[in-house]
Amino acid sequence: MDFNWQLFAQYLVIGIATGSLIALIALGYTLVYGIIELINFAHGEVFMMGAFFAATVVGLTGVTATSGTASVVLAGIAGLFGAMAFSAAINFGIDRIAYRRLRSAPRLAPLIAAIGFSFILQNIAIYWKGANPISPPSFLPPEIYTNVLTEWFGLSTTIFLTVLDVVVVGVTIPLLIGLSWFVYRTRLGKAMRATAQDREAAALMGIDINRAIGVAFLLGGALAGAAGMIALYYDNSARFQMGFRYGLFAFTAAVLGGIGNLAGAVIGGLTIGIIWAMSDGFMKEYISGWGAQWTPSVIFAVLVLVMVFRPSGLLGERTADKV
Amino acid sequence: MDATLAASGQALRARDQRSERRRRQMKFWGVALLFFLYPFVDQALGIDRLGSWISIMIFVLLAMGLNIVVGYAGLLDLGYAAFFAIGAYANALLTSPGSFFVREGYIPEPLQHFWPAMAISWVVAAIFGVLLGAPTLRLRGDYLAIVTLGFGEIVPNFFLNAVSITNGPKGINPIAKPTTIPLPFGHELSFGATDQRNWYWLILVVGVFSVLLINRLYDSRLGRAWQAVREDEIAAASMGVNLVRTKLWAFALGASFSGFAGSIFASAFQFIDPSKFEFTISIMLLSMVILGGLGNIYGVIIGGLLLQFFDRILAEELNGPLHWIGDQTGIGFLQDHDVSQDRLLVFGLALVVMMLVRPGGLFPSARRKAEMQPEEEDVRVQETQQLYDIRQQNEPAVGERA
Repeated sequence: MDFNWQLFAQYLVIGIATGSLIALIALGYTLVYGIIELINFAHGEVFMMGAFFAATVVGLTGVTATSGTASVVLAGIAGLFGAMAFSAAINFGIDRIAYRRLRSAPRLAPLIAAIGFSFILQNIAIYWKGANPISPPSFLPPEIYTNVLTEWFGLSTTIFLTVLDVVVVGVTIPLLIGLSWFVYRTRLGKAMRATAQDREAAALMGIDINRAIGVAFLLGGALAGAAGMIALYYDNSARFQMGFRYGLFAFTAAVLGGIGNLAGAVIGGLTIGIIWAMSDGFMKEYISGWGAQWTPSVIFAVLVLVMVFRPSGLLGERTADKV
Repeated sequence: MDATLAASGQALRARDQRSERRRRQMKFWGVALLFFLYPFVDQALGIDRLGSWISIMIFVLLAMGLNIVVGYAGLLDLGYAAFFAIGAYANALLTSPGSFFVREGYIPEPLQHFWPAMAISWVVAAIFGVLLGAPTLRLRGDYLAIVTLGFGEIVPNFFLNAVSITNGPKGINPIAKPTTIPLPFGHELSFGATDQRNWYWLILVVGVFSVLLINRLYDSRLGRAWQAVREDEIAAASMGVNLVRTKLWAFALGASFSGFAGSIFASAFQFIDPSKFEFTISIMLLSMVILGGLGNIYGVIIGGLLLQFFDRILAEELNGPLHWIGDQTGIGFLQDHDVSQDRLLVFGLALVVMMLVRPGGLFPSARRKAEMQPEEEDVRVQETQQLYDIRQQNEPAVGERA
């Protein structure tokens, strides 16, 4: 059978859009792990709460698809920033309530507390919006699904690249640039990197360690919130359980890229996004009986294989002695 | 003179220890007897909760198995539900007329009964414990936890998708029940759908047997090796403990108890499908172990009973009173609140609160307690100074005062 380039390109497009979403979540895992070596298990739920809050904010603006382009864009921005602030606050709050008190406890204690928080947040989400999937308030005009390739560039192709795909990537890239600017160009970012390298030495140099760690949680939470808003409209639904799968896929991405490594998280995110899309749609062309239902097995298998055979990830781990 | 004194002192101490052990045994069998008599109380008072107790005890049995891996050997397993699923599916695939293997005639007739199937599920679960445990041996702490979580997701996903073998989301039914056991004086123990009492006793017997077995294991050479590995792998290895073998035995034996629990679960409820073995189950079991006290089997049993009692009985019974209070006070939230919606919150809170307030659990094991709060100041200082990892909570971390 000939290789189906058309189909491959189509799922590549979907994979890149999903992948940038996963990269945003993965960065939260990597920021926190890089600085305190904690797998923040509640991170997926922080993302889910961001999606729920985004739905609330967009609903409150009362903007609909017919309100005009300016209102739609403003409502989108309100939802995005609202979700970012909300998720950042939750992530920071969890650190303040629990993780900070467990800084010097045995290593597994904060991980178990994080698992506990992930369940608590899921339950809060059930109280908030119920146990069934919600669909977000629709404010995006139908033009969001027009094909950029045919309508804007006049190409004759069957590959579908929607405006929404472009927006997703277009929101992600500035966030990534902003993050790396913060981490590599500001004083606080420098404090974070110093704390990650050697907590005690950083404290001796006069760095407020808890502040540096808190900032890592804030940043990670904000990125998760942005991902929540994006996922809400990309999937067009949200559910209290959505954080589990997205969270673990993103964690896989972070490990794949080398946990603690910011660029690695982005590359890992794109890789996982593409694997996800290919397994969902492309593989069944070649393997009979394949379908989206096997995707979790594939990605968890990637997770297990990377952890067992190359725990430092593709790009290598920044810090030593993690495993 | 001194020698005689010392000798009599030793004899006294030995007698104390003996009577202490006897007291503990009396307590154990006393509690077991109370559990044995419960079905009569249930019937006499018309409580009608035996069905719930059957599943409560199955989950307590699972928590005991998980305690071997997490509590004794110190390997945080976040995918224990996978072994539960393997135990249950092993039994179902061996005995159900709807099973692929039975239909194709791969299973010889004598094996298609409950008892041999339970024995086989026990072995199958242990084998999978080794298979899934082996890749994690090189990993430490949190990485090991995540790999076990990965397996815990892959196994039910496989059962869900391998439709031709497992019937996928539709599940498997019916599943063989234990054959009727004849008793003297014309009585018999049958295991039909209405014989809940016999089911209850069956699980109780398996549970008591498991407690005795696990207690013997804990005091055995292997049990001591587990604790040594949990405390300090390098020290244990240099004392001649074979790390690989010790950890694999923990995975195998820990998983094997879920083989029992899984096959009884499948047979008692006559229906299994992949949704019964989700991640939530693994975490619920972990909460039970942590709430009760890592490494202390009686603590784990109590923790398990508490959480399961909430999950299976209290959650239903509380609704009525809550709605009544809601109606009286006009609080809308209480009027139509369903307490079974709170289960995730309860498991999560159990984990968080225990970690913050009482990391040893409600009933910490004696040895763990000694490790957490050494009596001698020297030991404490030593423990806290060594590594980042094992510094104790009462020692302020660098920068914490800021």
